[in-house]
Amino acid sequence: MVSSWFPRPLPTGRPGRAVLGLAVVPLLLAACSSGGAGSSAPASSSGGAAATSAPAAAATNGAISVGLITKTETNPFFVKMKEGADKEAAAKGAKLVSAAGKFDGDNQGQVTAIENMVTAGVKGIMITPSDTKAIVPSIKKARDAGVLVIALDTPTEPQDATDALFATDNKQAGVLIGQYAKAAMAGKPAKIATLDLAPGISVGVLRHDGFLQGFGIPNSDPQVVCSQDTQGDQAKGQAAMETCLQKDPSINLVYTINEPAALGANTALKAAGKDKDVMIVSVDGGCTGVRAVKDGTIAATSQQYPLKMASMGVDAVVDFAQSGKKPSGYTDTGVTLITDKPQTGVDAKDTAFGLDNCWG
Amino acid sequence: MSKTVTQGVPEASAAARPRSATPPDLSITTLGPLLALLIAGLFFTTQSDRFLTGPNMSLVVQQVMVVGTLAIGQTLVILTAGIDLSNGAVMALGTIVMTSLAVNAGLPAGLAIIIGLLVCAAFGVLNGLLVTRLRLPPFIVTLGTLNIAFALTHIYSREQTISNLPDLMTLFGNTFRVGQTNVTYGSVLAIVLFVVAWYLLAHTAVGRHIYALGNNPEAARLTGINTRRLLLGVYTVAGLIYGVAGLLLVARTSVGDPNAGQTDNLDSITAVVLGGTSLFGGRGGVIGTLIGALIVGVFRNGLQLIGVASIYQVLITGILVILAVAVDQIARRRVA
Repeated sequence: MVSSWFPRPLPTGRPGRAVLGLAVVPLLLAACSSGGAGSSAPASSSGGAAATSAPAAAATNGAISVGLITKTETNPFFVKMKEGADKEAAAKGAKLVSAAGKFDGDNQGQVTAIENMVTAGVKGIMITPSDTKAIVPSIKKARDAGVLVIALDTPTEPQDATDALFATDNKQAGVLIGQYAKAAMAGKPAKIATLDLAPGISVGVLRHDGFLQGFGIPNSDPQVVCSQDTQGDQAKGQAAMETCLQKDPSINLVYTINEPAALGANTALKAAGKDKDVMIVSVDGGCTGVRAVKDGTIAATSQQYPLKMASMGVDAVVDFAQSGKKPSGYTDTGVTLITDKPQTGVDAKDTAFGLDNCWG
Repeated sequence: MSKTVTQGVPEASAAARPRSATPPDLSITTLGPLLALLIAGLFFTTQSDRFLTGPNMSLVVQQVMVVGTLAIGQTLVILTAGIDLSNGAVMALGTIVMTSLAVNAGLPAGLAIIIGLLVCAAFGVLNGLLVTRLRLPPFIVTLGTLNIAFALTHIYSREQTISNLPDLMTLFGNTFRVGQTNVTYGSVLAIVLFVVAWYLLAHTAVGRHIYALGNNPEAARLTGINTRRLLLGVYTVAGLIYGVAGLLLVARTSVGDPNAGQTDNLDSITAVVLGGTSLFGGRGGVIGTLIGALIVGVFRNGLQLIGVASIYQVLITGILVILAVAVDQIARRRVA
């Protein structure tokens, strides 16, 4: 009658249940106490940063504590961001508490993290909002409670929902690779594929628009023959490029939202035997990406600096805690074009510089 | 109705007998999770003076009420030896329908909420019909409806977060004061739902039928329980409860968010399992589920208060889930 979704064990009578139920107790007891101790031990040994070396004392010993909430725990961009925040916090004698959503777009997880950090008594929270609009009411509550909130990397909507924004100028990042591509094409007719982020996410829209602006064409220009969303994911970047090649095999310039998407696109181009004829430009400046620039897979990339965003954020929170001074508005954390085939009229640094300053 | 059960079930299935003697939620299997929760609480109390305060306890309840409410529906389904992977996605669809109808289509908030709840209930009916009429496994059925609800959410919302909600929609996010503590109406509603579900399972004929069905569907049918109708009812009520969870989510975040709920199906199963309810059906209850949800919430909150990165809560949750299921399995094997 009822289909069970996995094999049902033998039917049981339960005379022994009470005894076995009791056996649960010590088991969970052990789990719990070891869980508690285990939870603080790895934190203090990982990275050796003073920020996490005395978690038990976080709320009590008067050090300034700073919260960092990223979109996910795993993206190298955010790992670097956390590293930057950890280092700067250690240097300033502050404590860093970090949290993240479970997946990119996990607003609920970030809301919960904000609430817990406010309760924990942090002076300021740095956040890369997963959902730029949905997070706003929770940020407002934190600010009403006297906590300084700084957006890193991604602005909220509206941008003034946070006290300040420390981020890459994503439009400029796009403009740089657009200008580079224009110069590198040297007047050849372009057939462009754009491998974008996702609908309605400002970072992706800004980079895309910046690229077209730098290339000197409007959004609806017929030279753009294919636009696909990749979520910044390598596998999806590959699939998107495959689709675009089906649509128009003569594509000779590929704009990608980030380097994983670029590497995915390169895999697709290789499979089609076209990787030598097609120029890929990208944004991010992660170490893997810069190495791909060095070996010629990616022609040029706009490098951004997550470590700097985070360390500036920590400084701002510490300053606020000590002097009451709040940062405001937008601070550009800088962007540099990285390429080994520079074009005249476009400022760029080589991959040696890129590798010295890369993240991930 | 209840007469036929108390007479019928013991004859058909010896397994069901202890159930009628002791209310399911006060059984000793709930004590393990409860103890784990208390010890975790004690640990954090000694580590941070901010943990055991009224406002922080209220916060923990707020933070678990959405997944907790989803987990009430999940408990009902799992007690019948089913599983519901669609609940987070169905909830998200409900929230988008509610908020979009109110904000974009200009419907009165009350009507928009009711339509949102009905959409969730309709998904429950769909799950129930597919399970009972086509006899498809619940895992597959709800995997399908998970994707359908997810897609509809994104199509209908056009990937846009909906804000500026009418006041009525965020009513459950409002608070009242108990001493120094602000308590949200949503927390109260979630607790009330838990109590109602507990009463239904422990003290009514329908509740006993659900346990009987989960223990041995064939025996339950032979005792005269209309198992098809009961199952359909369980999935439908679960769907409606997901709608209420959606309303709580909207009240909590003040937005309609198409990306909400993506891991809530697994989070709700986690709460159910941590609370000692058996994935094989017929054993457990909603009080355990509430404790399970609170365990997750207490670790997340407590670790943050003592300055440990939130990823360790995920690690601990994983360990506790395996422990809980292992205990259930060992219990069954020993008895068998």
